[in-house]
Amino acid sequence: MSTAENIQSNETQVICQRNDLIANSGICALIDGQQVAVFYLPEEEPPVYAIGNWDPLGKANVLSRGIVGDIQGQLVVASPLYKQHFDLITGQCVEQDEIKVPAYNVELIGEQVILANRNS
Amino acid sequence: MSLINVVVIGNGMVGHHYVDQLAGSGVAAKITVIGAEPRPAYDRVHLSEFFAGRKPEELALTTREHYKKLGVNAHFGDAVVAIDRDAKVVTTEGGRTFRYDKLVMATGSYPFVPPIPGANLSNCLVYRTIDDLGMIQAKSKNAKIGVVVGGGLLGLEAANALQNLGLQTHVVEFAPGLMGVQLDGGGSTMLRRKIEALGVQVHTSKATQTIEETHGKGNTRLVMNFADGETLATDVIVFSAGIRPSDQLAKDCGLEVGPRGGINIDYHCRTSDSDIFAIGECALYGGMIFGLVAPGYRMAEVAVSQLSGEHNSFKGADMSTKLKLLGVDVGSIGDSHGKTDGAISYTFSDEREEVYKRLIVSADGKTALGAVLVGDCSDYDTLLQYYLNGIELPANPEAMILPASEGGAPLLGAAALPATATICSCHNVSKGDIISAIDGGGCSLADVKSCTAASTGCGGCAALLKNVVDDEMAARGMEVNTAICEHFNFTRQELFHIAKVESIKSFEDLIKHHGTGRGCEICKPAVGSILASLWNDYILEEKHVGLQDTNDTFLANMQKNGTYSIVPRIPGGEITPDKLIVLGEVGKKYNLYTKITGGQRIDLFGARVEQLPDIWKELIDAGFETGHAYGKALRTVKSCVGSTWCRYGVQDSVSMAIYVEDRYKGLRSPHKLKSAVSGCTRECAEAQSKDFGVIATEHGWNLYLCGNGGMKPRHADLFATDLDDETLIKYIDRFLMFYVRTADRLQRTSVWLDNLEGGLDYLKEVIIDDKLGICTELEAQMNSIVGTYQCEWKTTIEDPEKLKRFRQFVNSDAADKRVVFVQERGQPRPATEEETDQLLAKSA
Repeated sequence: MSTAENIQSNETQVICQRNDLIANSGICALIDGQQVAVFYLPEEEPPVYAIGNWDPLGKANVLSRGIVGDIQGQLVVASPLYKQHFDLITGQCVEQDEIKVPAYNVELIGEQVILANRNS
Repeated sequence: MSLINVVVIGNGMVGHHYVDQLAGSGVAAKITVIGAEPRPAYDRVHLSEFFAGRKPEELALTTREHYKKLGVNAHFGDAVVAIDRDAKVVTTEGGRTFRYDKLVMATGSYPFVPPIPGANLSNCLVYRTIDDLGMIQAKSKNAKIGVVVGGGLLGLEAANALQNLGLQTHVVEFAPGLMGVQLDGGGSTMLRRKIEALGVQVHTSKATQTIEETHGKGNTRLVMNFADGETLATDVIVFSAGIRPSDQLAKDCGLEVGPRGGINIDYHCRTSDSDIFAIGECALYGGMIFGLVAPGYRMAEVAVSQLSGEHNSFKGADMSTKLKLLGVDVGSIGDSHGKTDGAISYTFSDEREEVYKRLIVSADGKTALGAVLVGDCSDYDTLLQYYLNGIELPANPEAMILPASEGGAPLLGAAALPATATICSCHNVSKGDIISAIDGGGCSLADVKSCTAASTGCGGCAALLKNVVDDEMAARGMEVNTAICEHFNFTRQELFHIAKVESIKSFEDLIKHHGTGRGCEICKPAVGSILASLWNDYILEEKHVGLQDTNDTFLANMQKNGTYSIVPRIPGGEITPDKLIVLGEVGKKYNLYTKITGGQRIDLFGARVEQLPDIWKELIDAGFETGHAYGKALRTVKSCVGSTWCRYGVQDSVSMAIYVEDRYKGLRSPHKLKSAVSGCTRECAEAQSKDFGVIATEHGWNLYLCGNGGMKPRHADLFATDLDDETLIKYIDRFLMFYVRTADRLQRTSVWLDNLEGGLDYLKEVIIDDKLGICTELEAQMNSIVGTYQCEWKTTIEDPEKLKRFRQFVNSDAADKRVVFVQERGQPRPATEEETDQLLAKSA
């Protein structure tokens, strides 16, 4: 499915505005044909995180609709389908070592949410 | 030091246990295991769960990788066909040879198929391995009727499997009763009664003489001819008439076997060749085959100890057993037939509740010799401990099996057990072992489990183990961890209390003052639900939205492909033709799959997230309200037509159901709530399977509480009779609010009541007699929630800010291209992954 490498551009691009985000929850953006889940945690530093929206275990584009939280301090989203956790920074599945979703560098600059250089 | 070559023939549960134990024993051995089945060891005890949807890999006890990690050389799907004892070499079917210093035979057993003409026809099957189950499933595809030959323990397991496959199931038994080995006559009769009530037809004292094939148009069926001249037509026959030890290999190489089969072993599990061991169901000790997993494990450990130098002995095993057959609890302990000299017995039989219990005690009445339990095994653990440990019985032993209301003895507390008491018989863990695990630093149930392996076999001792651990920890002043998750060191009930007393109205405040970290998918929805029960704010308010499960966030139920289903409220199941037409039109317009639910609703499936607001706008314009099918909330109140139409109805059940549903709609609770109202005692609305059910009487209403259908059905308890309308509602108000306050997260009313100290009587004291003096408060709280009800969908579609959330993408109007449907029976269904790939490739 979608991988970070499929995102064509190396340039930074504007995904959306701050007011498109939902505090302590996620939204989804379509970037070069890839679905990217963007999470907004206003109390954290940095306040925005992005990983692939595709849940490789539930096999549907739903990660942006999971509940965010932490496991022993590690920021995660729980898949709304079968509740596996994915690390918001690396995309690593907490329950299964061999499962990982793409992770992206995002930043909140002023009111704009920016996708920075891709994260490998 | 040179390694000894240990070859294990057979990778069933016992063979695997041997390998696992030997690998962990420190014995310098090179281990080779050879299994005839194509897969590594799996859990045969829970085999029937295969048909309940458990996958083969979920039944696995080990994996090839795990064996590799242990340095075990494992070969599967290649049976050993010969043992050369002089050369000390085994040969497989595939022609491979393995040299051994010590050989372990764990070849298990095979199903006995009686020598009946026709028993080898293609639809005559056996029930033993995963492959057998696959075969039964395949042959059952176009079958309607299935017969199990054999009414013992395994036969009833097989009958359960056939029922799960949807076959009309028969059990044919040669003996006069079911489970004759474990049960006495009374127990056997009660078991039959219960099983027949589940739709399985039981034929006892039936000898099958021949089986013939008949050829109808396009299908082949089987006919069984019995000795009494009767016949039975069927599509599939499963033989489960007992097991026979797989001892052919042993016979071929000249090892001693018993007159009726089984490889002779001594108390060190050695065969007549001192370099060969036999363990499990293929072994014969003291003239007995031990067909349970626990004794097999003991033999494996004894055989390992011969190599490690400990030289333990196998001294036979207790064959007591407790299981659930076709959902019926059955237990058998010790001398269940009362054959011991001078034994006296006590019998309790309740034909209404279909419970049978018999306790067999010594002539002096001081020790338990055996017991039979059918329909209720709650006394099993206690009786087994009395039996195994020779604990002196109370002066009135009958109290041990009487219901509590009749002066029955309380369960034996964990503290009363001696340290030698066996808690887990699968892994031979005693209370002493558990205490040393806690001494060694274990401080939770999980620690004790991983350290002792207790309760990781059949799982039957889980409740007892928890009691022992809790008791032991409490005795040391250690905290028993009941925290909801890592972020709050409180139970749900405590969090409810804190939020109420401190008037806390947001998750942020609660976690800041009473928790740590940022929360998770366990505590966030639980707190969201508590706040809703207390203050009834709109659940999509900014401070609450991140707490909600996706179903609550999008006010719809997420399905496997990420789309949602919609269930509008249809109070009491009553709907006008005009509204029905609207549902049909909406379904058609948005290409939704429509299905009638068990709660008298219409469920519309396959709506994409961005379609939800448009669909709901149409529904609300037509007068519908949200149905809360997505929430841990009141779901449905089902009704029969009642006295308005029905010739038998005595009250207007529909009006009452609509009133009840309108009153409690939107109430957030620890888990979903279901209700029903029946207009007469015929109970067509099935109110006794609901969290609260109402049944009309000539004089008013009877109220039933804490029933459940689903995974663990429970009949609701009759709580109060002949209530007038006002009192009925008053009691329901109090009951629901008391449940909302005190239940654990995701605890249905049925489990809540089962765990409520004092049970139903206590609940009556709280709700009817107001023993706690809280009823005014409970009613006030309910009134406040009823008074602040809002249709969440109406609120949502009126707020453009909230509607922003209902987009697939923030930056595009495109739809999710992986959401693809195909047609089936004139309606859409989600495409499978393969179908989606194909369709996308085609359109690209």
